[in-house]
Amino acid sequence: MTDTATHLTGEKARIGAPSISGFTEEGENLSPLNAAEVSSPIGGDAVKAHSHGGGAGIPDSSRAGRKTSYNVEDFPVLTGREEDFRFTPLKRMGGLHKNELTGVAPALTVEGANVSTLETVAMTDARVGSAGIPEDRISANAWKHAAEAKIVTIPANSTGEQVTLTYTGTSLEAAASHMVVIAEANSESVVVIDHVGSAVLAQNIEFDIRQGAKLTVISLQAWAEEAIHASSHLAKVGKDAHLKHIAVTYGGNLVRMTPSAHFDGEGGEVELFGLYFADAGQHLEHRLFVDHATENCKSNVLYKGALQGKDAHTVWVGDVLIRKEAKGTNSYEANRNLVLTEGARADSVPNLEIETGLIDGAGHASTTGRFDDEHLFYLMSRGIDEKTARRLVVRGFLNEIVQQIRVPEIEERLAETIERELAATDS
Amino acid sequence: MSTLEIKDLHVSIETEQGNKEILKGVSLVIKTGETHAIMGPNGSGKSTLASTIAGHPRYTVTSGSITLDGADVLEMSVDERARAGMFLAMQYPVEVPGVSMTNFLRTAKTAIDGVAPKLRTWTKDVKTAMEALKIDAEFASRNVNEGFSGGEKKRVEILQLELFKPKFAILDETDSGLDVDALKVVSEGVNRAQEQNEMGTLLITHYTRILRYIKPDFVHVFVDGKIAEQGGAELADRLEEEGYDRFLNVPA
Ligand SMILES: Nc1ncnc2c1ncn2[C@@H]1O[C@H](COP(=O)(O)OP(=O)(O)OP(=O)(O)O)[C@@H](O)[C@H]1O
Ligand SMILES: [Mg+2]
Repeated sequence: MTDTATHLTGEKARIGAPSISGFTEEGENLSPLNAAEVSSPIGGDAVKAHSHGGGAGIPDSSRAGRKTSYNVEDFPVLTGREEDFRFTPLKRMGGLHKNELTGVAPALTVEGANVSTLETVAMTDARVGSAGIPEDRISANAWKHAAEAKIVTIPANSTGEQVTLTYTGTSLEAAASHMVVIAEANSESVVVIDHVGSAVLAQNIEFDIRQGAKLTVISLQAWAEEAIHASSHLAKVGKDAHLKHIAVTYGGNLVRMTPSAHFDGEGGEVELFGLYFADAGQHLEHRLFVDHATENCKSNVLYKGALQGKDAHTVWVGDVLIRKEAKGTNSYEANRNLVLTEGARADSVPNLEIETGLIDGAGHASTTGRFDDEHLFYLMSRGIDEKTARRLVVRGFLNEIVQQIRVPEIEERLAETIERELAATDS
Repeated sequence: MSTLEIKDLHVSIETEQGNKEILKGVSLVIKTGETHAIMGPNGSGKSTLASTIAGHPRYTVTSGSITLDGADVLEMSVDERARAGMFLAMQYPVEVPGVSMTNFLRTAKTAIDGVAPKLRTWTKDVKTAMEALKIDAEFASRNVNEGFSGGEKKRVEILQLELFKPKFAILDETDSGLDVDALKVVSEGVNRAQEQNEMGTLLITHYTRILRYIKPDFVHVFVDGKIAEQGGAELADRLEEEGYDRFLNVPA
């Protein structure tokens, strides 16, 4: 890749910060020894040193110290200077972070449920809050205003369930919604969560993945142009459970997704994949958090994004925290961006905190490449026409994520979407 | 037999200081089966000539012509030129993110031939060509030129030359950056392509070393955007001994 457009913000990145500002090629695999070397300044001094003091005594530079609460009043009013909101244009949030969310939430429809059940319950139901606690103010605000909760349950020991839940938005009044997906013990299933239409939505989705369960979540943010979406995915991963989470974001004016996974027993495994395609004017932000708080768990993160058009902006922040007690952790995170035209900007901040030396491995990588006239010339000088050349590059780049999906209808839909997005650049 | 004909070619580029003429009337006729070497000092316009033939958008032809068997090459887009049988092995091959070599080679071959190559023979052809050029098999799964060393990039250019089978190949300093063994391996690749496809070759180089492996029929001395002198293989040896002084010191 030639040019780079990664904006790495060294101040916060700790291990994530490359020595060459603005560019990292490959993440280093820290050996347990090296990890031990670097662990003290990370967990200890760095936390204090970087505390912004913006929110009454909350050291916001370490994920370990980040506030969590069901109560929106526990979070200070947002200014946009907070660590986790510094890239988010609050003015474009449609009031999700400060207003009453009393609009009509997108309607939910279900398809393909064979053994799983969908219930509508009150927010006071015991299962609500069983898998997660809001980690930012918008999530807490959504919690406060959700009128009800949807509960999807995949029964224990069932296999082969593939259920599609579609949120269809029809109103631009700020609204809140809540869902809990429970993958009971030893179940194996695929849950597709699709978001279409128009909405201004703050959303919480909890995933309770119980012992030995295998859950694949594919969340598509395929909104119409004007949609605004703040989506918090909170996963609790039980003993020997496996979560494969794939975020696919290309619709909407502003989408801010915060998938976070917490291990709740040994032997858990989390794979977080993401694919985003930002056009002119879109702000697509993904901030994920993997919280290693138990022994012998594994996490693997890979997000890939393509950007084109004036003021297309993507943000990727990968917080991985390996706590003192998380011995035997194996973790890797990477973010790769491909900037297709001038005027687009990709921010990428891998943020790995390691508090124990006794891990199997931990690494990170972040690259941002630019597709420019020289690439095009090279491919065309080999007989490939311009359209095919562009497609080749973008498809090749995104394919690594697309092939993780393994649901033919969705793969097809994505292929068509990518074609459509590219057709827009051709003109 | 095919003919590539360059007639009184004038080329300029846009710079911050305005237009700058780089090629100042180049004329050259290459027939299939022939090898022409171009030698000349740095900055004399050799790469400009190569890129202009390939159709790089940075270069503007202000007058003159390039024809391939009478067809106007300057009217063709970059990809059309390649499909018409021209190939440029670049001085600085470009790294293309996101595209694997395998995918790239197959897509290009399909574009050039107009039909997709038969999978089984194609895979075999690629493998054989890679082995002959001593390119490790793992390169097939890497992205085009990404992270390749200078010499590896040059080998991969010649790999493409062998697979795409052009009528005319322009090799822009393919020998620069190659170690002694690689120079031999790469030269053999060029010679194979020439024998098998009756290829016409325009070989840009600073060194006579490669001319020991690839025998030129003609040597052209390129100075200040023009061909200053032409001769046979012996001219190259003379240049190596004398340098370019006698061309540069000639009063205008
Ligand atoms: N963008 C540019 N702005 C100004 N001058 C340029 C630009 N691009 C090329 N040139 C000039 O055009 C001239 C010809 O360059 P070219 O690359 O064709 O030379 P060359 O003969 O291939 O040299 P070398 O042997 O070093 O490869 C050089 O003087 C170069 O500086
Ligand atoms: Mg040159």
